[in-house]
Amino acid sequence: MTTELIDDDVLLSEDEPNPSSVPPEAPDYEHAAQKPESLWKDMWYSLTQSKTAMVSLVFILLLVVIAIVTAVAPQVLPYNPYQQDLSQSFQPPSMQHWFGTDQQGRDIFSRVLVGTQISLTVGLLSVAISLAIGVTLGAVAGYKGGVVDTVIMRVMDMMLAIPSILLAIAFMAALGQGIDKAIVAIGLVSIPEYARIVRSQILSVKQSDYVAAARVIGDNDFTIIFRHVLPNVLPSIIVRATLGISGAILDAAALGFLGLGVQPPAAEWGDMLGRGRNYIFQAPYAMIFPGLAITVTVLAFNLLGDGVRDALDPKARKR
Amino acid sequence: MASENLIEVQHLTKSFVAESNFFGKPTSFVQAVDDVSFSIRRGEAFGLVGESGCGKSTIGKMLVGLLKPTSGKIIFEGKDITALPVKERRRYCRDIQLIFQDPYASLNPRMTIAQIVAEPIRTNNILPADKIDARVDELLERVGLASYMKNRYPHEFSGGQRQRVGIARALAVNPKLIVCDEPVSALDVSIQAQVLNLLDDLKDQLGLTYLFIAHGLNVVKHISDRVGVMYLGRLMEIAPKNSLYHEPLCPYTQALLSAIPSPDPHLQRKRIILEGDVPSPIDPPAGCRFASRCFAKVGACDVAAPELREILPDHLCACHRYEKNSGAADVRKLARDIQYDAARPSYGRGAKDVNADPVVAPGAKKA
Repeated sequence: MTTELIDDDVLLSEDEPNPSSVPPEAPDYEHAAQKPESLWKDMWYSLTQSKTAMVSLVFILLLVVIAIVTAVAPQVLPYNPYQQDLSQSFQPPSMQHWFGTDQQGRDIFSRVLVGTQISLTVGLLSVAISLAIGVTLGAVAGYKGGVVDTVIMRVMDMMLAIPSILLAIAFMAALGQGIDKAIVAIGLVSIPEYARIVRSQILSVKQSDYVAAARVIGDNDFTIIFRHVLPNVLPSIIVRATLGISGAILDAAALGFLGLGVQPPAAEWGDMLGRGRNYIFQAPYAMIFPGLAITVTVLAFNLLGDGVRDALDPKARKR
Repeated sequence: MASENLIEVQHLTKSFVAESNFFGKPTSFVQAVDDVSFSIRRGEAFGLVGESGCGKSTIGKMLVGLLKPTSGKIIFEGKDITALPVKERRRYCRDIQLIFQDPYASLNPRMTIAQIVAEPIRTNNILPADKIDARVDELLERVGLASYMKNRYPHEFSGGQRQRVGIARALAVNPKLIVCDEPVSALDVSIQAQVLNLLDDLKDQLGLTYLFIAHGLNVVKHISDRVGVMYLGRLMEIAPKNSLYHEPLCPYTQALLSAIPSPDPHLQRKRIILEGDVPSPIDPPAGCRFASRCFAKVGACDVAAPELREILPDHLCACHRYEKNSGAADVRKLARDIQYDAARPSYGRGAKDVNADPVVAPGAKKA
């Protein structure tokens, strides 16, 4: 069964003598004990190898702890964050007031700590809303195609055509005021972004040979979507979602600034930033510290997102 | 047993929509596969050859159920599987597996080799969970991969190793028929031979039947028992390997055979150089599909498509040049004459020209 055309003894003998049957020997450094881990265990291990991701994760966990503690036991705060004392207004940072005081004489440090509750809730919940709806819509549109795709994506286009803050205001007008309504409005507004990203990713993954292979094997649609398509789409979703958390915090700030989100006594970073803006020259600390809180939190989420994306990619994974 | 047909393809046709108007109504079609019939016997390797775009991969995809035929039947073990509802179809699909052309795209980059090979076993509930591991090891060993590699990801492997993984995955469900869709055309030549040998060994060990798709006759020669030659969606010639390689009847087959490169640089050969390009499959020629490039054309070729019929024993060809009911000796002589007339001396280092390129037939545009 040889042909003079392909069977070339010289070529064959170079690497493996009889390559079609003999598996190469395991080199010493490879041990069979190299255990089959699940996708998530592998990911977690790989995530722990990234310093930036771990620092970000610790910081975010710290924020969560702060949010919970200040909600359960507000007495740990140095001052009552809602207590006005006009005689103390615009105190610069000092040993008494680490971050200074605002126009109403409230302690900014306490307010920043309390603000963690609202900012984290807004960020996580609204992204959860847009993720859940956006990913589902995008996945259905991309996977089904045809009329379903056209209808879903044209609706998404309509939502994209209106500036998001305007749309959020419209939602708020319909839903009423309040931070819970703001969360829903912000969540709804960013649905199209997720839907678009997921759809385009699914379109490309759907065409790939390994999805065809899964179909030949006999996998049903559900298995194909969850085992083959979504894991390969996940990285872009994760990165978008971490950016979305920061965007949601800023959107909530904007709504608060317009008087639609949080209502005045409540402490929210964006709202504090907006109010401090008026006194930027007299009391820069009134906006610097809430601004820093937003920046660092947003950065932490983005870096964590980066780390998770790398950890999910077998090629970038450290072993 | 050997002559029993495992799969029979009857008048299989597939057309794709090439253009559609504003309302989504198709206005023109690509005839990817046009009225193709052949059968594969149990335990046989059937090679399907043709240049890019001739529809050979489309046939493969229809056999494994990735594409739905526009018309025609696929009869697998006596049952028409094109008519089955999707669910039942899937059950039969288990018996027909596919090896992909591109080993880089056909493995999910986020699954380990073990997961990839185990997946078909799990999906089809072939083995209890505790036996899967051992089976995966056995399959990997069978295709020449060591089991210590099984927790690696596809990107850690070379093309040839990945193709072995693809083969192991196809074997996992104990298929009866494997459609090999150009399994070696993405690999280096040295690796090609290894993978071909592997496929050949597996066929003997496991009693598999292959539909082996390739774009060159040299690859198919190694592995096939019978070969079908396709051109622009149609089967031009079906013959046992030896018959096809030694007495090709169809002019297109003759040209394909003469295009196989020779490893001997000093060999003086005559080649048939075809002129022009393959016509567009959107609006294929009315008569013989090959008529526009054929060097042995007669008047009838432009008028009606020749029908695929048995010209020599077991040797089918679709060509107007061969008369019905003529004797085998006449046919062979005619085939040789057609070939001889078209062949031009070319190639190799003759005494005079050192860098000789193929000499193009007079009047041809392409160099």
